[in-house]
Amino acid sequence: MRTIVVGAGPAGVRAVEQLVTAGLRPVWIDEAPDGGGRIYQRPPLGLTRDHRQLYGMEAGRARAVHDTLDALKSRTDWRPNTLVWHIDPHNRTLETLCAGQQATLTYDNAILCTGAMDRVIPLPGWTRPGVTTLGGAQIALKAQGCAIGQHVALVGTGPLLWLLAYQYLKNGARPVAVIDTTSFAHKARHAAALLPGGTVFWKGLWYMAAVRAAGTPVFEGARPVAITGSGDEVKAITFKTASGATRQITCDAVALGWGLKPEAQLADLAGVPFHFDEPQHNWVPEKDATGRTKVPAIYLAGDGAGIAGADAAEMAGARAALALLEDAGRTVPGPLTATLDGALARLSGFRATLERAFPFPADLARAMPDDTLVCRCEAISAGDLRAVGGRPATGAAPELNRAKAFTRLGMGRCQGRVCGPAGAEILATALGRDVAAIGRLRGQPPVKPVPLASATVQEAAE
Amino acid sequence: MSLTETQVLIIGAGGAGTSAALHLAQRNIPCVLLERGLVGGQASGVNYGGVRQQGRHPAELPIARRAMTLWQRLTEIVGTDAEFTVSGHLKLARTLEEEAELVAYLDVAREHDLPLRLVGRNALHEDYPWLGPKVIAGSLAPEDGAANPRLLVPALARAARDAGADIRENTRARALRFDGEMFEVETEYGLYRARWLLNTAGFWGGAVAEAFGESVPVSPLNPNMMVTEPMRYFIQPNLGVVGGNVYLRQIPRGNIIIGGGYGVSDPAVPWSRPRADETRAAMALAAELVPEIAGACVIRSWSGIDGQMPDHIPVIGPSRTTPCLLHAFGFSGHGFQLGPAIGAILSELVADGHTDVPLEAFDIARWTGPAERPDHP
Amino acid sequence: MRLKRLRDLDRPQINLTLDSTPVQALTGDTVLTALLAGGAGALSPNIFAQEPRAGFCHMAACQDCWVMVEGLGRVRACATQAADGMVVRRL
Repeated sequence: MRTIVVGAGPAGVRAVEQLVTAGLRPVWIDEAPDGGGRIYQRPPLGLTRDHRQLYGMEAGRARAVHDTLDALKSRTDWRPNTLVWHIDPHNRTLETLCAGQQATLTYDNAILCTGAMDRVIPLPGWTRPGVTTLGGAQIALKAQGCAIGQHVALVGTGPLLWLLAYQYLKNGARPVAVIDTTSFAHKARHAAALLPGGTVFWKGLWYMAAVRAAGTPVFEGARPVAITGSGDEVKAITFKTASGATRQITCDAVALGWGLKPEAQLADLAGVPFHFDEPQHNWVPEKDATGRTKVPAIYLAGDGAGIAGADAAEMAGARAALALLEDAGRTVPGPLTATLDGALARLSGFRATLERAFPFPADLARAMPDDTLVCRCEAISAGDLRAVGGRPATGAAPELNRAKAFTRLGMGRCQGRVCGPAGAEILATALGRDVAAIGRLRGQPPVKPVPLASATVQEAAE
Repeated sequence: MSLTETQVLIIGAGGAGTSAALHLAQRNIPCVLLERGLVGGQASGVNYGGVRQQGRHPAELPIARRAMTLWQRLTEIVGTDAEFTVSGHLKLARTLEEEAELVAYLDVAREHDLPLRLVGRNALHEDYPWLGPKVIAGSLAPEDGAANPRLLVPALARAARDAGADIRENTRARALRFDGEMFEVETEYGLYRARWLLNTAGFWGGAVAEAFGESVPVSPLNPNMMVTEPMRYFIQPNLGVVGGNVYLRQIPRGNIIIGGGYGVSDPAVPWSRPRADETRAAMALAAELVPEIAGACVIRSWSGIDGQMPDHIPVIGPSRTTPCLLHAFGFSGHGFQLGPAIGAILSELVADGHTDVPLEAFDIARWTGPAERPDHP
Repeated sequence: MRLKRLRDLDRPQINLTLDSTPVQALTGDTVLTALLAGGAGALSPNIFAQEPRAGFCHMAACQDCWVMVEGLGRVRACATQAADGMVVRRL
């Protein structure tokens, strides 16, 4: 039985661990040079900070994931630096690209643990050099030892906003502003419901308290208005405070993000159905609590199957591997399965509450000025998109893929990863419809750009 | 179940169906166009976008010539040029046999007044210095070009609606009947009755014909398409090769659209997707044709569903079993350019009882046998 | 934009060029870090918006940091390790 695990973040590591324990030797693919995923990404050789410095309160978990990862590599067909750019669920093949060489891999079963990325709401100036995602600003620090600037403003909402503020602070780069679109009162209202989240909840409170205690200017219930600057320099961020006053803060870099969205392109290409998850306000691939999908031999785990966080990802990875083994007729440890099922159910309730505590401010996307770029690849503005919700020569676009066809929104190198969520809000508003009713940008191969030249150096692979 | 009566019922909103609706509406003939998905969702909307006369079957050239006059007036007709550009179509030969084919086609072109010019090896590499060394000759059709297929059919549909046509999307015809006088089409949302029925349903046109006792060997055709990231704009003509295993064009934005090989589909869903091995093969052939593009990345690929006939030309014209039933389907991967003219021709058959464009070669009888032609009014 | 180095400063220096301009960096840098900490300001411009860009997500998702590296072809700067002597060009 040939099993392929795509992704070596927390979900992938724990999935592979179960498969190897059961005596399998899976093919294990990650696009990065090393495993750990984004949350536990390790710096390249030569950078020497230890786990405590890199991962703070998560050092123990990070170390455990890394130790397991390192122990498992030699017991699998480990393929780092490898992009999976297409999947054919009928012939059960994956198309891969590694160092300019393409290969086709066959599988009997596959577990997709493809992770997540920041969810972004464009605002004027967001494409300027000096502006990154919150996740990007975190990776710059974690994996490269850098802040994204001298005077960094952080904008958005969600746990990552506060964690990043805390991490920058700890590393001697106190943010010049933390601008949270969620009000303090809103978060406080959900605090009681978050109590069952245990350590995750308390750590979150700790980060917020530490950021405030250090004198970081914090603005809650605020709305970003624009990032200004010239050429390749950011000079300031303008926003409205909760009381409606306009403020401008000088800075040379801005990181922004409003929660995460699944990197679910492979699941999409595999034919897994998607649904709009209300608390997350995200389209997520459908799976059951064990990670099984409606597509034979395809299992999903981790944030790529709906945002649940790193701890849940570890459990979901293990659970999906056990489901796969069960389906293959193997005996799996019943107590472990039951423990995982119980823990995952509890975490899923906590997560929904967390999403409600830091809601996606859809109104911010809907109110975007006409001349703001939504699609940074193809340079399509909010106004361009609104126009196809009206009466263009082609008639109105009734759903998002039609809007893509008419405007080129989401047709660029990133294939709508970045602009999809905000674009959907803008089109939905222009059409006067609910965002869940106008669909999502369908995935198209390749998952990421593939050089034309790679076709001619094709590697014959099983 | 609601009942809608009209003069002409059209099944399938691709280029043929929407242009038929437009031309009928312009002549004040009431019509309803039923589409199972969105207008231009299959072959007409996801094709390569070639607006090409060169290389066509001689029987298609009169239609293609007529279509070209409509393409040239597109903005006037539908309010957008659908990014139609006259870039020329350069068909390339990589072997002596392929070159002989280019030469042979010059006679066909001359017969149909299609401007076409053979370009020999030296002139070719001088005029197009970016062509790869394997290319030994070309023939240039200066009138030909390309357009954005994502825009044409929706624009035709909107113009048709503005002219009074009734277009119903997401409305699948699930049963079709003829009661001797009227056609009756059943959908999830109601019943439609009409004096005339136009079958412009692409691959699914085979099923429509079948419903009236005309069985034709139409199969799904899934062109394998891809596009690169933008590069410096340098490939002006739309490029093809003899044999057609690769074709590519660059849009002024810089992206290069490449076609080659075939994807897979399930028309029942409907669902289609490109095939990785075919994509790779086309990538390699494209890089051989224009070596400079080898460094670019493919950023997206797709396919769609067209109807393929064994002789690679469509079925166009009156039914042989049923009066007032007209077919126009099975365009075999090259209907995009023809679309605007098909509607004009069908509307003439309905309103005038005849058209000046010769249609004999496209007669459905070539598959169903020479049954007696029913009386079409 | 200019990345500010905060940690892991004690690493051997490497030298790259970007469009023929020398850039000093450290072993272990990605091409993105090397260029943006070394004063490049921006990577390849976006040709449609005609504006400078310098990457956005740092995790190989946004596709906004493609550059040309001699010997490697087109690469994402954030997902490519910098090396001494590397010759980088903006697209």
